Amino acid sequence: MSGIGTVASTRFAPVRAFFRRHRSLGIAVGVLLISVALPLITHIPPFDGIQSTNAWVNAFTTAAIYAMLAMGLNIVIGFAGLLDLGYAAFFALGGYAYAFVAAPYTGVHLPFWPMLLAGGVVGAIFGILLGAPTLRLRGDYLAIVTLGFGEIVPITLMNSDKFTNGVNGISGIDKPSIPGILQFTLINPWPMYALAITLFTLIMIMIFRLQDSRLGRTWDAIREDELAAESSGVNIVIAKLQAFAVGASIAGIVGVVNAAKLTIVTPDQFRFSVSISVLAAVVLGGMGNTIGVATGAFIIYLFQNILLKQINTLVENFNIPVLSTIDFLQFQYVLYGIVLVLMMLKRPQGIFPARRRMREFAPLKIGKRGVK
Amino acid sequence: MATASVTSRSTGRTLGALRLPTIIAAFLAITLGVLGIDQFVNAMTLGAIYALVALGYTMVYGIIELINFAHGDVFMVGSFVAMLISSRLLGNVGGITSVPLLIVSVLLLFVLTIGAMALVGALIERLAYRPLRRAPKLAPLITAIGVSFILQNIIQFFIGPTFTKVPQLVPVEWAIEISGARVPLLNLFVIATSIILMIGLQLFISRTRTGRAMRTTSMDRDASSLMGVDINRTIMITFLIGSGLAGAAGVVHGLYYGNTNSSIGFESGLKAFTAAVLGGIGNTAGAALGGFLIAFVEVGASAFGVGRWGGAIVFSLLVIFLVFRPTGLLGSHSGDRA
Repeated sequence: MSGIGTVASTRFAPVRAFFRRHRSLGIAVGVLLISVALPLITHIPPFDGIQSTNAWVNAFTTAAIYAMLAMGLNIVIGFAGLLDLGYAAFFALGGYAYAFVAAPYTGVHLPFWPMLLAGGVVGAIFGILLGAPTLRLRGDYLAIVTLGFGEIVPITLMNSDKFTNGVNGISGIDKPSIPGILQFTLINPWPMYALAITLFTLIMIMIFRLQDSRLGRTWDAIREDELAAESSGVNIVIAKLQAFAVGASIAGIVGVVNAAKLTIVTPDQFRFSVSISVLAAVVLGGMGNTIGVATGAFIIYLFQNILLKQINTLVENFNIPVLSTIDFLQFQYVLYGIVLVLMMLKRPQGIFPARRRMREFAPLKIGKRGVK
Repeated sequence: MATASVTSRSTGRTLGALRLPTIIAAFLAITLGVLGIDQFVNAMTLGAIYALVALGYTMVYGIIELINFAHGDVFMVGSFVAMLISSRLLGNVGGITSVPLLIVSVLLLFVLTIGAMALVGALIERLAYRPLRRAPKLAPLITAIGVSFILQNIIQFFIGPTFTKVPQLVPVEWAIEISGARVPLLNLFVIATSIILMIGLQLFISRTRTGRAMRTTSMDRDASSLMGVDINRTIMITFLIGSGLAGAAGVVHGLYYGNTNSSIGFESGLKAFTAAVLGGIGNTAGAALGGFLIAFVEVGASAFGVGRWGGAIVFSLLVIFLVFRPTGLLGSHSGDRA
């Protein structure tokens, strides 16, 4: 039984059989239902008291962006088993790629839609540039190299102030528009929400199809036993490079969307903590489970941006003396760390384990595989 | 090393040991000539701090093959503990001019901070890493990242993200003249402390029973376990020592710079790790050497006016070494699996 389908009773068996055969359609319908339901829920107390529906929709858009990042990173970590600690760098590169060609800073104004693809290409190119020399390394060395890369990209963006306007970043980035029909604005969050959800659906369908492809099975093989995969004729470096490139290109695309949504990019938006927050979402949701990590991202995002914000305002309103100096939003970062440590110790397969991963983490207790 | 039993391995080490002093002497002479005495002393001081941190990385990697991402942050927390001890406990704000009092205070500061950080390190090992000893590689790595993030943000949460002033117990004004240049005593103190600690560590690892247990455990954990080595205790001691050294580095950092910040662990951690890789990860002498090398690269970069790219240069070095010579300059036993 798949983790999600267990609740449905036999009454829905034909429906489930239909969607099992047409999975992409099932994903599209599922995401559509959820994306319609979410804004509706915000009209119900207590959610309507927290913020306006527009603010909610805006929050959901950001959550969707975050979830797309988690799905992309999941390809690298969950599928290929490579720990990438600098994922935010690709996100940054996508954002800056769009900012360079769609902001008053450079004076160039290219349309948004082709740049969406270009962002993906930029991400993939840098993914390959970083991956080609480093993917031969052992997993833990790769982790530290990506960590360094994730640190170098914001520093470079900050230091090359001739091109990137340094710390202040590039502002006034063009919003997308469909000529003659729709101009995206900062005031109306709905078009951006629709865009994010559409992209989210496409990426999810793509990932599911990828997972079932020859490449997806190659990744499984590499993750579970690199040596055996290599002996069976798998070109490990190429397959890892593909995982890296696909993951990075998703981050690049999402970076473009994010830049267009915020209309500003600064080096500070892409700090190490962003990579870690995405990693926390992947680990929380369950490495290898696409739907799981997307849900993990939603949970973490909503927790920090709704719950912690609420605690902050509560503390401010009631003027509790000891707590009033503490910014609870800061606590989100401690939270990421706690999520990573606790999940690894208590439930390494995540809250929504991927079936394969569950088996991978299970034999640990027997204690045979870890012996060196 | 006394117990090295594989012939090829021990030959490699002897050769390294013979070449090493010559290389180091030549290197020091060249850098002294290029940088001038002021910058040279700066680089040595910075290198002393990196080397102390790098030792912890290399020891832990040598024994359990884990990149302890949290190690840089243990160093950072150490600098804050030292700050608290010297400002609250010793009640000092600046240089102590009375020599006996200075010696007592500095000793006390070192002992307390090293002790505290050794305990923190051992605690981290016990709670976060030991349960995952048999888990797939990815699990302890992710945990280490998590611990690093927790330490960093706990400090930010309670103390704040800005720079915090640390009392400089050793008076900054004290200096001696070396061939016309004024060399602060503080720098010499930092370099001396770090060299004393490193020699102490080398002696401990090569001469004591526990040190031998550490070496055998890093060579073959299961075999040493069969020979009666208490693996858990040995790994715990490795963490105690490594974190203690990071604590010492924290003290030294505070005394030298007069301030500290919650992000120094991340930056210095990455550099110290690079140092460990440069020297050959798992090799303690290599880590010390790497620490000084990295410092020279960084100081050299700022001397030639590209100081803000120092981090990028160090990182590129890391990648180049990992790709082309993963065993580092001095080589080590774990490099062959790269």
